[in-house]
Amino acid sequence: MELIFEKSVTGRRGVRAPQSDVPVKAEIPRQYRRAKDSKLPEVSELDAVRHFTTLSQRNFSVDTNFYPLGSCTMKYNPKFTESLARLPGFMDLHPLLPQLPHGEKLTQGALEVLYEMDQILCEITGMDAFTMQPLAGAHGELTGVMMMAAYHKSKGNKKKYIIIPDSAHGTNPASAAIAGYETISIPSNDQGGMDVDKLKEKLNDEVAGLMITCPSTLGIFNSEISEISEMVHAVDGIMYCDGANLNAVLGRCRPGDLGFDVMHINTHKTFTTPHGGGGPGAGPVGVTEKLLKFLPISRVMKRKSGAFYLDYNFADSIGYVASFYGNFALLLRAYAYILMLGKEGLIETSNHAVLNANYVMQRLKKYFLLRYDRICMHEAVFSAAWQAEKGVHATDIAKFLIDQGMHPPTVYFPLTVKESIMIEPTETESKQILDQFVDVMVQAAALAERHPETFKDLPKTTPITRPDEVKAARDLDTNYFLQRSIVAAGELNPLPSKI
Amino acid sequence: MNPYIANTQNDVAEMLKTIGVKNIDGLFVDIRKDQRPRSFDLPAGKSEMEVVQHITRLAAKNAHDLTLFIGGGYYDHYIPAAVNALISRGEFYTAYTPYQPECAQGTLQALYEYQSSICTLTEMDVANASLYDGGTALYEAALMAIRVTGRHKILMDGGVSPIYRKILRSYTINLNIEFVETPVAHGQSDRAEINKLIDDKTAAVILQNPNFFGAIDDHSDIIATAHKFGALAIESVYPISLGILKTPGEMGADIVTGEGQSLGLPLNFGGPYLGFMATRKEFIRKMPGRIVGQTTDLNGRRCFVNTLQAREQHIRREKATSNICTNVSLCALQALIYMTLLGKEGLKELAQLNLDKAEFAKKNLEKIKGVHVKRSAPTFNEFTVYLPKDANAVVEAMVKKGFAAGFPLGRYYKGMENYLTIAVTEKRTQEEIVQFTKSLEEVLWN
Repeated sequence: MELIFEKSVTGRRGVRAPQSDVPVKAEIPRQYRRAKDSKLPEVSELDAVRHFTTLSQRNFSVDTNFYPLGSCTMKYNPKFTESLARLPGFMDLHPLLPQLPHGEKLTQGALEVLYEMDQILCEITGMDAFTMQPLAGAHGELTGVMMMAAYHKSKGNKKKYIIIPDSAHGTNPASAAIAGYETISIPSNDQGGMDVDKLKEKLNDEVAGLMITCPSTLGIFNSEISEISEMVHAVDGIMYCDGANLNAVLGRCRPGDLGFDVMHINTHKTFTTPHGGGGPGAGPVGVTEKLLKFLPISRVMKRKSGAFYLDYNFADSIGYVASFYGNFALLLRAYAYILMLGKEGLIETSNHAVLNANYVMQRLKKYFLLRYDRICMHEAVFSAAWQAEKGVHATDIAKFLIDQGMHPPTVYFPLTVKESIMIEPTETESKQILDQFVDVMVQAAALAERHPETFKDLPKTTPITRPDEVKAARDLDTNYFLQRSIVAAGELNPLPSKI
Repeated sequence: MNPYIANTQNDVAEMLKTIGVKNIDGLFVDIRKDQRPRSFDLPAGKSEMEVVQHITRLAAKNAHDLTLFIGGGYYDHYIPAAVNALISRGEFYTAYTPYQPECAQGTLQALYEYQSSICTLTEMDVANASLYDGGTALYEAALMAIRVTGRHKILMDGGVSPIYRKILRSYTINLNIEFVETPVAHGQSDRAEINKLIDDKTAAVILQNPNFFGAIDDHSDIIATAHKFGALAIESVYPISLGILKTPGEMGADIVTGEGQSLGLPLNFGGPYLGFMATRKEFIRKMPGRIVGQTTDLNGRRCFVNTLQAREQHIRREKATSNICTNVSLCALQALIYMTLLGKEGLKELAQLNLDKAEFAKKNLEKIKGVHVKRSAPTFNEFTVYLPKDANAVVEAMVKKGFAAGFPLGRYYKGMENYLTIAVTEKRTQEEIVQFTKSLEEVLWN
């Protein structure tokens, strides 16, 4: 398909600039002006609308396809939260208003949303206070680890390591490292839980804390988590909960009650703010009393009068982690969703998320290797190991699903399961859809058995077939204009091929 | 049952039977009794209508109808309707990270076009597929410069947004990084100070154009000095101003970041926004964040994929260039659509319009007794004024007249309690500017 730049025709316009209504024509001295115009495309509004509409049709999405992408909680995104986020009272609100003198008066409605979210998330998770500032899950992790570091610093603890299970999201070790810690990886045991003996071996006074996803990335609730918390606390370590999988346990257990000191929530998972093709997200972080004074500033507080305000006066705070108060428009969507579901709705959510995952697991376990054959939480982790013996890998099965109009599950994560296929149906899908999915997966298994060769050139129904990823990295082309100038100059491979 | 759950009682019964448990509780056996919630005291659910009514009432408690003369890096620009119409397509906003390129070409091609647009706007070689916001993008740039140079000292111009500077400090407090800030007094960067402080231990000099006071600069000379010492130059820019202003590419910058809110994103009380980042091609492998590349499929057709993923956390884990997982795809798409609608000429005209209106406002404001518009440097659509009274009190009084009059600098700059930055975008009409001037005069002298 053509790029928007290739549709550009000199003289076309997508919007008409307003006529100036001021009697001034200002000029910036030449030294400060750009020499050459940008090469942004010149297209009509219809050209643009047709281009981007056509692009949108080249995507699978929750609105159009079953999307059981494990670990991502691709549930339905209600439409009413979209219209609420576009209310002018929120959408046109300048973030510096509450920083004006007595400016809190100008943003009472927005501050109330943030304050209420804090209260609600505390009750859902058993934490004592939340910051809404982190702009994504990984950003929440970093914020959490920074508070962990501040805690140890305040106590004069000499800590060096953060312990992380080998099944963790890659963001966990990356966040720990960016905050200045070394990481120690702990293997999973044969039940998919953390190997507690290995943990005992590694625990010592230099351990700052443990980062663990609960329920785990293998879709398992580790009953030993309470005991693990005690062990970590015994060396004055901090228990960090990656709350990516909170959707499984709403009303069933709370990280705060399990011994966790700090956690993040992905609103785009559990609380259904749209994934946006890869963000924006929001990653509120909750802490218990122990870490409360280290929370980022500002914090939203409530006066006796009932008015809300931003408080910047916390001497031990880790400071600013974002420019403002978090990804407000997403937090607002999450707030609306939680209000609508209420207590029973939240419990139903986890009930059906877990029910759907277990149903798929039961129905598929004859056809795909189930690494841990036990009741699962919100997702089921299979392996394509049986199919791989015939040369059909997890990625091939993924491509087969695409041809059947279904977005594939997550493949090759967690890293601890070879050829992993991680299925998270979510609670918003019906049994009928799950049955269709199971049928397609069974077909894939049968085809792998009899005609493994047919997978190689799948998918066939999509606008493109499999891309050449090696070529993409070797002949890097990430900017249309640079590529054109390189081609014009007759250079073939202008970018360095190694780090 | 809430409307987002489709399974009926019958479905549930059949599914439980297939699984082989009696009831739903049987699926939660791994959670021990002593691990159940000590409390789960939440309100009962509501209908969609009730929630909409409640939240609409909250929206009405915000003073969103003030006429905005406040900027500070976040601007009240007009957003063409087509932007919202297109990003509201479910195929875009309910998709996720393009892990399966065959069914995500829409997102991937859009991100490639976005990267290219950022590159032509800034005149840099390569851009990533976006970061969270302007502030965190600048922090990522500082870490990138440390990776590239192997040095640990960062020189930061005092004209860089004080909010960004606070973010940088809190993120790096546990890392071995020396921050040095050069003072700025509402004008251009202080060359003498920078020359004094830069040395061969400096990883990067961080600059902003226009700076927080609105001053426009040509940083070419500072950037050349940085390069002489083997340091990188990081430039934080305001994208709309690049319709007219000298680009960071022309100045020789190594890493460019910025807040992309002004490219078609609503103010949204602080987010979601868009952090953009671009750099020179030789540094692409040290750049954080997702990068989309063009390639071909099995049939030789053009297509797009996430590339250079070996830098990222899901592959490299603790050795990754950044912990970032998501970018802000939808915001990048929003910016791309906005830039596309504007086009090359539209962006230039828009920038000129902002400039003209700001100059008109300056001319009006300096007629007020005791008000001094700072003219030590040219400005774009935001400028600094000295008021004969405390800016806080003036701003508060202006709110009563329906204006967010600007940002009082005393909040972040000691000794500047009488200074205010005022932003004037294309949305401010002549009438509003005249009324604003009148009101300010009344507040100061009546």
